[in-house]
Amino acid sequence: MTSSYYESTARARIAGLLDANSFHEWLPAAERVTSPHLATLEQPAAFDDGVVVGKGSIAGKKIFIAAQEGGFMGGAVGEVHGAKIVGMLERAVRDQPAAVLLLLETGGVRLQEANAGLIAVSEVMRAILSARAAGVPVIVAIGGQYGCFGGMGIAARCATAIIISEEGRLGLSGPEVIETARGVEEYDSRDRALVWRTVGGKHRYLLGECDTIVPDSMEAFRNAIIASIENGDDWSLQALEREQQLLGDRLQRFGDCRDSRDIWRKLGWPDPDAIAMMDNDEFVAAAQKRCAKQTIKAP
Amino acid sequence: MDWRKVATQLFPSVYDVKQEGDLLYGQGRCGKHTVAVIGTTNHAEVGAELALAMAAAVLEVTNKYPRRPILFLVDTSGQRLRHRDEMLGLNGYMAHLAKCVEMARRRGHTIISLVYEQALSGGFLANGMMADRCAALPEAEIRVMGLPAMARVTRISEERLAELSKTSPVFAPGANNYLQMGGLDELWEGDLSACLSKALEHADAIDHRRVRGLERGGRKLADVVVNRVLGSA
Repeated sequence: MTSSYYESTARARIAGLLDANSFHEWLPAAERVTSPHLATLEQPAAFDDGVVVGKGSIAGKKIFIAAQEGGFMGGAVGEVHGAKIVGMLERAVRDQPAAVLLLLETGGVRLQEANAGLIAVSEVMRAILSARAAGVPVIVAIGGQYGCFGGMGIAARCATAIIISEEGRLGLSGPEVIETARGVEEYDSRDRALVWRTVGGKHRYLLGECDTIVPDSMEAFRNAIIASIENGDDWSLQALEREQQLLGDRLQRFGDCRDSRDIWRKLGWPDPDAIAMMDNDEFVAAAQKRCAKQTIKAP
Repeated sequence: MDWRKVATQLFPSVYDVKQEGDLLYGQGRCGKHTVAVIGTTNHAEVGAELALAMAAAVLEVTNKYPRRPILFLVDTSGQRLRHRDEMLGLNGYMAHLAKCVEMARRRGHTIISLVYEQALSGGFLANGMMADRCAALPEAEIRVMGLPAMARVTRISEERLAELSKTSPVFAPGANNYLQMGGLDELWEGDLSACLSKALEHADAIDHRRVRGLERGGRKLADVVVNRVLGSA
């Protein structure tokens, strides 16, 4: 079994992150809960509709978990896929686990189920916030091949904390979507360095869009998840007012930047191009005084 | 429909809503309720600044006018499709707005939304779709994407998708389809002020969309699947 989070399947991630043999799945593939809409379109279905949900433990703490499978339609959210996540989150409101873990790998709404997918993503957003309001922290991990985009990029930021790897990507509209709408001059989706600078883990961390950045290993993700659960949650009006301030400051400071490198320079990095080459420990140490999120914990 | 015309019908006695750029903000009087109005116009593209301005409005209402109902007037052509907004973390700005709406709800503000022109995907998720009750004018346009774009993505011909759309509300744009899917609670026609009054009376903080989708036949599995997860061993 690989220890790379990036290269693992959803099920391998669950196995690698949780305590050994602690996972119990709800609606496993054997129950064959598949998408009715893909069937209408005569497109292949997956018996778990591309997401695994269930309960388990991590460092002895009871948690609920959902893991999206990028290998099935890029982890896109359809009616059944979304409802499995919502069911798990509503169960968390009722059963009060120590935390909910969302291992997100998704392009957002499954376009084959357009309207159903959009509503499903909205239901996931509300269910995440319901869990938090009920006192259950929701921890998101992002580090798969497809990143976390579309409406699920919004949903991710509704959570208590986000753990990302350098390989992880987080955003709303993906580069291809923007290139298609506005042209290659606006955003060249094939310029991998540009895409990485714009939506990659290191940039998201420096900007304050993610709480923790880790190397691409199961062990690193697991340790970061345990630490995030320890940190608890701050679901309060005051925390939202601080975030309002933080996001306003970001626009003031960086609103006229044309490239992430300009932002990094303003954050005090003398040589922005060196960031890509740094290993995770080196980067985190250097970022202590050079990231936009100060000591304030975002809501 | 022009937002002023909508506001006049919603608040026949008096309203004070200001337009600043694409942002609408103010209040109106509907029966015994003073209602905070937050919205967008000109088919606004919701970028970082606009999302943050809406969030500021929600926070101001929450702080200054405890429990005052909030009406979102929705007209958006979606999230702003720019490299710059993505670089700045537009998803984070959208999520912040959604969190502010949820906080308002938890503090006793009834949240209603009315799609009076257009609602597209990302621009709709963080405000209108966060409401306790979501309504639309019958002629409003609601969609993730149009059929031609969907045909490209799915590699299914537009003719076939159009054919499927006759029997399924899943694929094609339109307020009626969203109604069947449970994404909309109701269409507002005739006396808009009476519609708003009624919505304010009937709203609650529970997400009913999957149940409505089941009742109306547009989304038959969402509620079933949620309940199966809730009931699993």
